[in-house]
Amino acid sequence: MGKKKDVDTRFSRFGTVSFTSITKVNDFIDYLEQGKVMGTRCLDCGLLFFPPRADCHRCRASNMEWFEVTGPGKLITYSKLEFAPMGFGDDVPYAIAVLDYGDYKVFGRIAKDVPEEEISVGMDMRTVVNRLPDGQLNYVFQKA
Amino acid sequence: MGKVGIIGVGQTAFVRGYPGSIRELVFEGFKDAMEDAGISNDDIDATVVCSAPEYDKQRSPAGVFAEYLGLTPQPTFYVESLCSSSSTGLKLAYSLVKSGLHDVVAVLGFQKMSEISSAESQERMGRGADIQWESPFGTMMPAYYAMFARAHMATYGTTPDDLALIRVKASTYGQINDKAVYRKPVQFEMFSNPESPMSNPVASPLRVGDCCANADGSSCVIVASEEKAKALSKDPVWILGLGAASASVNLAGRDLFTGLRVAQQAAKQAYDMAGITAADVDVAEVHDCFTIAEMMAYEDLGFAKPGEGKELIRARETYKEGSIPVNVDGGLLSKGHPIGATGGSQIRTIVLQLRGRAGDMQVRDPEIGLIHNIGGVGLYGNVTILGR
Repeated sequence: MGKKKDVDTRFSRFGTVSFTSITKVNDFIDYLEQGKVMGTRCLDCGLLFFPPRADCHRCRASNMEWFEVTGPGKLITYSKLEFAPMGFGDDVPYAIAVLDYGDYKVFGRIAKDVPEEEISVGMDMRTVVNRLPDGQLNYVFQKA
Repeated sequence: MGKVGIIGVGQTAFVRGYPGSIRELVFEGFKDAMEDAGISNDDIDATVVCSAPEYDKQRSPAGVFAEYLGLTPQPTFYVESLCSSSSTGLKLAYSLVKSGLHDVVAVLGFQKMSEISSAESQERMGRGADIQWESPFGTMMPAYYAMFARAHMATYGTTPDDLALIRVKASTYGQINDKAVYRKPVQFEMFSNPESPMSNPVASPLRVGDCCANADGSSCVIVASEEKAKALSKDPVWILGLGAASASVNLAGRDLFTGLRVAQQAAKQAYDMAGITAADVDVAEVHDCFTIAEMMAYEDLGFAKPGEGKELIRARETYKEGSIPVNVDGGLLSKGHPIGATGGSQIRTIVLQLRGRAGDMQVRDPEIGLIHNIGGVGLYGNVTILGR
């Protein structure tokens, strides 16, 4: 019998249900473990990517470094879901949203403890790591 | 190189729970178009089959249909661009004919969505978005479009009532379209009546009444070279303009949340190719999977300035008698949305309008018609312009 091959499936820990388990940016999960939400920056041209990418389409190169998503972003839009797709029913209701950081944008959920009446387009929010009860990891938006 | 025409259009009724298999479903739409064209199977040189494959158990349905429809050994091609698959199919058929490879090509769109549950369907639809970075948050199509609705409201003062007016218009025509799955009247008051399902929230600010329904159905469009079209058809409709564009799948990669860039880009290409402007369009079919999608289409296509789409619907300008009739067949909101069949159904409506054969839905003497068909949440945009 051959040696069992190690498969790096760290990304299967992303979100309530992950549909991807293997990616070249698996370190994203380790950074979440450390409390950091990270994007990538192309070392050749400086372009920032969020979500992080392994490859820069502009340089057609793969020389990336990680950068941390910090500070406030502006809430561009959001929607509160009253129904959920399969696998997410226990989370309802929850809100998905997009924050604008200027050089990049972040798609994610608004933290459950932010009351809906306090959410408004244009407000400042921060992106923070969130640990789900079953050990899965994602990130959510908190009031800045 | 000559023009490319449409010589036959057909579709099944769009229904919940089609009582047959997918090959039987496709047969019905094909038969309708062939009878419309008045041609025989020997006249068809190739087929293009269009659907979103995640709903099918059958892998590679194109070959299965070619055999079932009696179109072997002619070549068949399979294309998909989510909800705009059959507009993409039309573009491929146009290219095949224009290049001289084939003279007559049938574009077959279909979807049988009823074999999976609504929650499963939402999950699969949601996977038309970014499965690596967005789906793990629990996304679905109504919520994505709801985010555009929220941004449109925040930027331009559009209201949920404006969106309700679009659904009311859709139902006006859905009631008289015997192909539509939803034929009951929808009144504006239902949106503020908690007893009415129309008012139930789905993904804020969108309510049940803002969303189209899943359906089963098939459509067929038969495309021919100028020479063949003139020989085979008494009233061909010509393809004057085609536009198509793509965008970032992840919303984080978008620069616009009050409209769809792909629609703007596809429209510009199609207008330029046809040598016309938005003002020349006499009747339009737009991709109203949600009410906000129609509102954005008014603006993306240039029927209204950005933010002024609400004025069009408030003034009833997009009704049959208005300055720019839109979705006077009930749209996706009333007809239902069998993903791969939808574009073909929109094309059929415009062809019937241009021939003056749209019955009670007929707009007065249109010469130029437009089809706007979107895949995903503005991932793919397709605009087609047809003329007499």
